[in-house]
Amino acid sequence: MANPLKPAERMKIPRQHMPEQNAGERSQNFKEVNLGLSFELAKTEASRCLTCASPKCVDGCPVGVKVKEFVELVLDGKYLDAAAKIREDNILPAVTGRVCPQEEQCEGACVINKKFGSVGIGYLERFVADYERQSGKIGLPAIAPATGKKVAIIGSGPAGLSAAGDLIQRGHAVTVFEALHDIGGVLIYGIPEFRLPKDIVSNEVENMRRMGVQFETDVVVGKTVTVDELLNEEGFSAVLVATGAGLPQFLGVPGENLCGVYSANEFLTRVNLMKAYRTGEFETPIFDCRDKNVAVVGGGNTAMDAIRSAKRLGAKNAYIIYRRSEAEMPARLEEVKHAKEEGIQLLLLNNPVEFIGDDKGWLRAARCLKMELGPADETGRRRPVSIQGSEYELPLDVAIIAVGTSSNPLVQSTTPDIKTRKGGYIEANAETLKTSKPGVFAAGDIVTGGATVILAMGAGRKAAKAINDYLSTGQW
Amino acid sequence: MTARFQIVAAHFLAPDVKLLRITAPRIAKHHKPGQFVIIRVNDTGERIPLTIAESDPAAGTVTIIVQGIGKTTKMLNRLEAGDAIVDVVGPLGKASEIEKFGTCVVIGGGVGTAIAYPTAKGLKQAGNEVITIIGGRNRQLVILEDEIRAFADKVIITTDDGSYGEKGLVIDPLKSMIAAGKKVDYVLAIGPIPMMRAVANVTREFKIKTVVSLNPIMVDGTGMCGGCRVQVAGKSQFACVDGPEFDAHQVDFDILTKRNAMYRDLERKSVERHQCQLEGMVK
Ligand SMILES: Cc1cc2nc3c(=O)[nH]c(=O)nc-3n(C[C@H](O)[C@H](O)[C@H](O)COP(=O)(O)OP(=O)(O)OC[C@H]3O[C@@H](n4cnc5c(N)ncnc54)[C@H](O)[C@@H]3O)c2cc1C
Ligand SMILES: Cc1cc2nc3c(=O)[nH]c(=O)nc-3n(C[C@H](O)[C@H](O)[C@H](O)COP(=O)(O)OP(=O)(O)OC[C@H]3O[C@@H](n4cnc5c(N)ncnc54)[C@H](O)[C@@H]3O)c2cc1C
Ligand code: FES
Repeated sequence: MANPLKPAERMKIPRQHMPEQNAGERSQNFKEVNLGLSFELAKTEASRCLTCASPKCVDGCPVGVKVKEFVELVLDGKYLDAAAKIREDNILPAVTGRVCPQEEQCEGACVINKKFGSVGIGYLERFVADYERQSGKIGLPAIAPATGKKVAIIGSGPAGLSAAGDLIQRGHAVTVFEALHDIGGVLIYGIPEFRLPKDIVSNEVENMRRMGVQFETDVVVGKTVTVDELLNEEGFSAVLVATGAGLPQFLGVPGENLCGVYSANEFLTRVNLMKAYRTGEFETPIFDCRDKNVAVVGGGNTAMDAIRSAKRLGAKNAYIIYRRSEAEMPARLEEVKHAKEEGIQLLLLNNPVEFIGDDKGWLRAARCLKMELGPADETGRRRPVSIQGSEYELPLDVAIIAVGTSSNPLVQSTTPDIKTRKGGYIEANAETLKTSKPGVFAAGDIVTGGATVILAMGAGRKAAKAINDYLSTGQW
Repeated sequence: MTARFQIVAAHFLAPDVKLLRITAPRIAKHHKPGQFVIIRVNDTGERIPLTIAESDPAAGTVTIIVQGIGKTTKMLNRLEAGDAIVDVVGPLGKASEIEKFGTCVVIGGGVGTAIAYPTAKGLKQAGNEVITIIGGRNRQLVILEDEIRAFADKVIITTDDGSYGEKGLVIDPLKSMIAAGKKVDYVLAIGPIPMMRAVANVTREFKIKTVVSLNPIMVDGTGMCGGCRVQVAGKSQFACVDGPEFDAHQVDFDILTKRNAMYRDLERKSVERHQCQLEGMVK
């Protein structure tokens, strides 16, 4: 059914708002912030689409989700078909609908974006994915007859999961090896419940189990078993390395080893993976943030997740310390907006140069400098420079460092014939994702450095295709 | 999640110190002395590190020796053969540096003796003269004496209260040995932080290569969180991947002591809660 509204009429409809828990309430619980569109809102939002002849949104999507087609299906009330349409290109729509930086991708490219605000593509994606999950009618795809070939996937983040989903459909036996005790990579240990409920991830994992994917947790490849053993002794014909970029970076300033200074990874792992926020039920401790001053250093999604978690754990003052201005923050727009609504204080153009402790070794304050933006650096962002004499002390009980991560090295260090480049990231062919070692492919953050869920997922699917070609032809 | 890791043998070595043998074939196959596992007892449990005291690749088992000092270790110590735990991951950390050094003095304090045991054995197999000093607060807390006597060239025992062996601290026999002119080429000291610090202080002036195994608080054990960072030679190192063994003369023991006390109040509460639950179960 075509949209009965004329384009001019469609453009008059304002972008619909995502219903959300109010800020005061949600900043005290870990329940999801966004509540999801109603049928009504979804239809209205879908009716804003101009159904462009050559849709820019599709070009804007790193994996080319057929946005226009799925939005039209929403308008027709064919939600399951809409979900199936997305799944042709994106197997984790309930996840990406929540965490993609849409403003830089599909929505950023939408033709009505500048003037009227883009179609809420992310909201709609989430809507159909949730509808599909709640209907219990996720159509599991057909599985090709068994090929007798085994594929090992190392790492269960979005790259590994998406590759596993594709390869199992091609009839290969797929085992995913994960170092941690739970499946999902950053989706499970990094991104908090209030942004991505863990049920959504485990639901996807459950679907894959039903399709026949084997998951082995507690296996650190490089330590528990090596890539060569997988290939030569355990009968795997191909290996995909999808180990991510999970190693925390610190600032390298004095006082970083004081009690109360965490990496964002540690803080978020304790909160999310170990469920430290459910004191009394789970054993892992976390710093008691109640009525304390907590700051996160950094401006990305990780920083927002950490500080909003601290706020929910009861922090009195919750700061983001970022050395550039708000415009340069790499976090998703929605996260910054939500954070501000929840009372997070942004200390922009600030930079900590030292952490100061008390006599028992506990953090007491951060010595900070004020910054200003100088000329642009090689990445095109204006470089922050410190202002002379601007030093001051910010009283703090907890400081969380979220200034980026680096490659997980354990596979590379024990498989020297996998070539790496600077920073220990794996060199892989852009199209086939083949590494220098025959039979071994690599995808996701371990190749690109810290990126996004959708890019990791897209890479996983590319790798799956190349692995399938390799297994069917035997040609490296 | 089902508990996959079967306990095949369990017995006490001393009050509150229990040996557990667990089926984990891949870990048994790759283990080298000095490495550890991270375990989780059940789905709500904490991840804690424990050294692999011994492994049997043929049987596919690893042995851990656990001192019950808090919630998780006490839970572990109540398990028996036939029980199972949800997670065992490893072998983690770097293997001990085992070479022919000459004369090695291996010092174990309390449960540190269990951590030092596989490395001491490895040092002997590498052709070193191995002198072992086992310390405990009292006779009951001296563990693994027979197992160590089976390979060591000499075993010295010290107890704080003199109830067994020499009365005093583990550093006393070390000092007298050095004073008597014994040439010591390598010292490995594993135990409570004050003990390791004291050993480092003794050997520093004689420039004897001394290694300690550090026990910071860990979460993942794979280098992913940085919670286990220790300061060595003025630089941050992650004990789970860069260690756990480090040059004793370069370790900042102060920072380690402070960081290890980070959750003391919360841990105490956890034990209290746990005891209430236990008593509740008995009633
Ligand atoms: C806190 C946080 C918030 C984020 N928010 C967003 C967001 O809102 N939107 C967005 O698009 N992106 C976000 N990102 C980035 C995104 O999550 C990553 O780009 C993406 O998860 C990368 O996927 P991956 O599969 O390559 O690796 P990962 O998700 O990192 O998964 C790698 C997995 O491999 C495992 N592993 C590592 N080494 C081994 C080994 N030797 N053996 C076995 N297993 C191993 C790890 O334990 C992990 O589970 C965020 C990242 C973080 C940390
Ligand atoms: C590399 C390494 C090897 C170890 N090997 C052994 C061993 O073979 N046998 C043995 O009995 N003990 C060993 N330990 C110590 C053991 O991990 C702790 O005793 C245990 O974690 C205490 O947990 P709990 O819940 O019982 O006690 P809690 O009451 O929670 O804690 C008591 C103390 O244990 C330490 N601790 C607590 N949580 C952790 C954690 N997640 N990681 C590390 N330390 C923690 C802290 O110093 C704390 O103050 C080792 C530690 C490390 C780092
Ligand atoms: S325990 Fe997390 S990095 Fe060492």
